[in-house]
Amino acid sequence: MSWPAFQFDVALDLFPMLAGLLAAVGCGLLGNFLVLRRISLMGDAISHSVLPGLVIAFLIATSRSPLAMFVGAAVAGIATVVLVELVKKLGRVEPGAAMGVVFSVLFALGVLLIESAAVRHVDLDADCVLHGQLETLFWTTPVQSWDEVFQLRTWTGYVIDPAVVNPETGEVVRSAIYHQGVPRQVVTLAVMVLAAFAFVGLLFKELRIAAFDPALATTLGFNASALHYALMVFVAAATVASFEAVGSILVIAMLICPAATARLMTDRLLAQIAWSLAFAIAASIGGYVAATAIPSMWGKEPVNAAGSMTVAAGVLLTLAIVVSPKHGLVVRAIRRRRLAASVALDDLLAALFRFAEQGEPKVPRARLAQLVPGIRLDRALGLARKRDLVTLDDGLVALTPTGLDTGGAIIRRHRLWETYLVEQAGVSPDHVHETAERLEHLPPQPDLPADTDPHGKAIPPGV
Amino acid sequence: MPELSPTAARRPTNLAERPEHSPDSPLSVHAMTVAYHRKPVLWDVDYDAPPNRLIAIVGPNGAGKSTLIKGCLGLVPRSSGQVEFWGRPHGEARSRLGYVPQRESVDWDFPVSALDVVCMGRYRRIGWCRPVSRKHKRASLDALDRVGMADLAKRQISQLSGGQQQRVFLARALAQEAELYFMDEPFAGVDAATERAIVDVLRDLRAAGRTVIAVHHDLQTVPEYFDDVILLNMRVVASGPVAEVFTQENLHQTYGGRLTLLAEAAEAVARAASGERAP
Repeated sequence: MSWPAFQFDVALDLFPMLAGLLAAVGCGLLGNFLVLRRISLMGDAISHSVLPGLVIAFLIATSRSPLAMFVGAAVAGIATVVLVELVKKLGRVEPGAAMGVVFSVLFALGVLLIESAAVRHVDLDADCVLHGQLETLFWTTPVQSWDEVFQLRTWTGYVIDPAVVNPETGEVVRSAIYHQGVPRQVVTLAVMVLAAFAFVGLLFKELRIAAFDPALATTLGFNASALHYALMVFVAAATVASFEAVGSILVIAMLICPAATARLMTDRLLAQIAWSLAFAIAASIGGYVAATAIPSMWGKEPVNAAGSMTVAAGVLLTLAIVVSPKHGLVVRAIRRRRLAASVALDDLLAALFRFAEQGEPKVPRARLAQLVPGIRLDRALGLARKRDLVTLDDGLVALTPTGLDTGGAIIRRHRLWETYLVEQAGVSPDHVHETAERLEHLPPQPDLPADTDPHGKAIPPGV
Repeated sequence: MPELSPTAARRPTNLAERPEHSPDSPLSVHAMTVAYHRKPVLWDVDYDAPPNRLIAIVGPNGAGKSTLIKGCLGLVPRSSGQVEFWGRPHGEARSRLGYVPQRESVDWDFPVSALDVVCMGRYRRIGWCRPVSRKHKRASLDALDRVGMADLAKRQISQLSGGQQQRVFLARALAQEAELYFMDEPFAGVDAATERAIVDVLRDLRAAGRTVIAVHHDLQTVPEYFDDVILLNMRVVASGPVAEVFTQENLHQTYGGRLTLLAEAAEAVARAASGERAP
């Protein structure tokens, strides 16, 4: 195994990387609103069901002009939403099932149309629909100097060597050599990303209210279903723009993963969108580099870049589930451990206080171990000694004056709760201990003038 | 609409005697029928709301209380009937109408703060495509302050208690600065402190000349909190001032046995309409 190797090559890597990045950013941005509305599957549905739209648009327009493709996709996107609603209503099935039925049928229809004789000569094949052709976006003659970067023709393409024609026969001896400008797919993607940002930027508050409270949005005059359809048109457009370069798998992943990952990082919508864009960029660039770098460790050939970006997006989501600062598994485990430790400490102090009440201020460790089980006692004792709440002398544990106050406060809360449950909630006295045992660890306490609890024990005075 | 029950003949309001679409009346409903999946939920509702009153909509489960509000606001399609606000159609009255949906109708895990939600009440004033300016944020903060929630403005809404969430909704309605408010169960599942806060706000609104129509569940508190009442069970059983209308007999008609006949008839119609056979 060797070190991962990746060499950035402008000719080979610039446009594939850029295409992946643009597709990820555009889809990632729009995906936020799908995740918020809990209709992430809609991205999946639309990215499949645009296929018949594209084929039919091609049949009508007889060309693959971007405008025809866009119109076909937009119509298919809206048709998907309408059909899903219809199936949901008439079939009385859950939304997920409705989406599943609609998009699989429409996708199949698209495949059938492609396979049919009428369009067989077109290079719309199912393979390219799935994983795209990112690797074909190489740059034949990349720029050689900084001067060229600032020349328009570098980006639009120009003729390097004109064709040579035999003047007598009119036969082409050598065909023209072109410098290829920015690939069409990258231009389309850039336009899509700009349009998506303009859409979300201009209608941010409208999209937010329509996603959060469609009824209020509608009564305020912001028609929630119109906004929903507009969003779906943009999702369909993003899907089509991304299709050719990166394939539908990456589109689906980017509509869901960055937004879902971002949702774990923050509780604010703007921050969520910012995070989702960062994750989209990280997944696309990281995935592209990894497609070459990781196989190189075993001396293998690079793998499909779009697939690798998709995996990267999934890896980021997994990482966020584990380490997210608010909802991550690690944070939750730490919180649980802290809670367990503080409960054990409370139990220890309460037990010591009860012993002290019965005239036994010094308690052998072994007897405490019966009350606060094993490992928790060690941690609780460690914590209590660090906070100067108990002393440990010769196997005998005793409360310090502060420890006595703290333990007293816990017992006070426990007995006040017992009193409250019996007097105010009508619970029988022999049933209240367990509930009080839980409530004593929490801040609220009943405000009662009682001196003794239902079992006749004195309630320690408040400090 | 055929007469289906003997109660229909004794309806207190009579369309012919009603002044047609009084411009004083914030809400005039004329022969409104609403059906879900062809099953009628509201039948032939006539109602004129008196201005500057607190009005409760009361009735059993499934009586169409929420649907009455949604039908008025165009949130569910009406099978028939007309609704006017101050004698004008809904489109011309939008900015004078406030709406508080049921608390359960939204996703409280949504990544917004309490203040963000209240600002939504200002969106119509702000208009399309424009960001929420500082002026509107201040107005929203004032609204939060009126329900005693100013110090929780930055809190994410899932971290609020049920009562606090209801107050956020109320603050959002205040931020709308409407003249007629529709509230769908504002008192559902709230603590005593929130209930008092809501009642105070309702009285403030009345003092400021506004009208409130609220779905209310607790019959005990109707006379204390409200001036007028609409007793609803698929149709308006009775409506008017609490003192006149909120009687044992009317309540019995609303909740009691007789109207189950109407409900049964509706079921039968629905079954026939959807092509199913009667059991």
